[in-house]
Amino acid sequence: MAEAAESPGDPGTASPRPLFAGLSDISISQDIPVEGEITIPMRSRIREFDSSTLNESVQNTIMRDLKAVGKKFMHVLYPRKSNTLLRDWDLWGPLILCVTLALMLQRGSVDSEKDGGPQFAEVFVIVWFGAVTITLNSKLLGGNISFFQSLCVLGYCILPLTVAMLVCRLVLLAEPGPINFMVRLFVVIVMFAWSIIASTAFLADSQPPNRKALAVYPVFLFYFVISWMILTFTP
Amino acid sequence: MAAVDDLRFEEFGDAAASLAANSDTTTISIEDPGDTPKHQPGPPGGSGREEDDELLGNDDSDKTELLAGQKKSSPFWTFEYYQTFFDVDTYQVFDRIKGSLLPVPGKNFVRLYVRSNPDLYGPFWICATLVFAIAISGNLSNFLIHLGEKTYHYVPEFRKVSIAATVVYAYAWLVPLALWGFLMWRNSKVMNIVSYSFLEIVCVYGYSLFIYIPTAILWIIPQKAVRWILVMIALGVSGSVLAMTFWPAVREDNRRIALATIVTIVLLHMLLSVGCLAYFFDAPEMDHLPTPTAAPNQTVAAAKLS
Repeated sequence: MAEAAESPGDPGTASPRPLFAGLSDISISQDIPVEGEITIPMRSRIREFDSSTLNESVQNTIMRDLKAVGKKFMHVLYPRKSNTLLRDWDLWGPLILCVTLALMLQRGSVDSEKDGGPQFAEVFVIVWFGAVTITLNSKLLGGNISFFQSLCVLGYCILPLTVAMLVCRLVLLAEPGPINFMVRLFVVIVMFAWSIIASTAFLADSQPPNRKALAVYPVFLFYFVISWMILTFTP
Repeated sequence: MAAVDDLRFEEFGDAAASLAANSDTTTISIEDPGDTPKHQPGPPGGSGREEDDELLGNDDSDKTELLAGQKKSSPFWTFEYYQTFFDVDTYQVFDRIKGSLLPVPGKNFVRLYVRSNPDLYGPFWICATLVFAIAISGNLSNFLIHLGEKTYHYVPEFRKVSIAATVVYAYAWLVPLALWGFLMWRNSKVMNIVSYSFLEIVCVYGYSLFIYIPTAILWIIPQKAVRWILVMIALGVSGSVLAMTFWPAVREDNRRIALATIVTIVLLHMLLSVGCLAYFFDAPEMDHLPTPTAAPNQTVAAAKLS
């Protein structure tokens, strides 16, 4: 290492390397540490050592993902203009919500052919293919949101409607009648408006300004269809 | 020279006049300074604001050539190719919907509104809305008609959504395909002045279905007379849009074939609406036609509803 710059500084030529002029005089001792870790400071989100997440307990892994999902639920319930849903997208929340909604829309008993409600597969297909279609539509119109980010937002904003489904199921345990229906109608309408406001708060900024209405209308239709399925549920 | 041009027109006249006056570089020759500047790279939708029929004839072919050269340059397996079919703004979609609701005789929907920028946004989402409007209205209407009957158990009838979707989307895509094929075939035999591309035909059909959305919602009213009046109104509006669009494409042809084409188009449209009414909406029981078998039904229905 001492002979890195062997040529002595030639005073005749205009030496372009004044830095190395005195290098030959330096002796490098053995106890200056020249080894160490190279960690990129910006990527603090990712774990530094891979082995730490492999060795952690299963409970830690599950709790970390559950906390991320729960944090996004909070963002949906109190929609502000934040980027959390878009930055750290995941599809666990939409899956949990979709499965819960589809299960609750099932009837308990196996009826005859007059049972005309949506099957589990129909609800599942409507939610996922509806979300994919809306995402494709917004990308084709020129929006700059990624595919999975949009799916994440649309899936998480089903949360108010799932809450409405729970409330409707509880209300239906009481006696049927017009008051029963009015309560359910009110709850579904409020939750439908909440879903629209939450998803618009996250998605509207990514659209070109003269096409916002074109991109938001399919979201409206999507949540309207889901609200209709919830409202017409009869046990 | 520059001062007069300053006062006469905007900066485009200025630039052209000063270019022509000062340097000998090649300029774009504009014959009429009062004409809209053709080299202005404005959005194609902006030119849709013109309602002048004379300018329609002259500018249309020029602009279509310019625009046709700029668009659709990506191969069909890239995403950008499909983005060209969604190149519409909100006001353009509203204008096209308005044009389909208010057909003016003599004005062609394609030439006035679509103008070589056919979009797939309108047809797709109007059909989707129509599917759900028909299914939901049918369900609601049946519920209201049978309200109060002890033997009626309400079911959401979700199967009908898939049937409605199949019917509406098949109509909105297969009928334009057949019509386009037919027009191409006739084009090879008789030289027509106006020919439409497949996407423009899909566009016209999609936007002409818009009138059926409020019609389907109003079909909830359980009166037979009201429903049939709505059918006639909707058929009149959308049928006239289609007839006025396709008449220029077939009028050079043999008289009987031209008339048969237009009649077929309107007939298929009527078949769609009457079929949807018959299948998704139950007949209301308060019928005004006195038949001997209906008499006990009427009295029972009147007793229930009182």
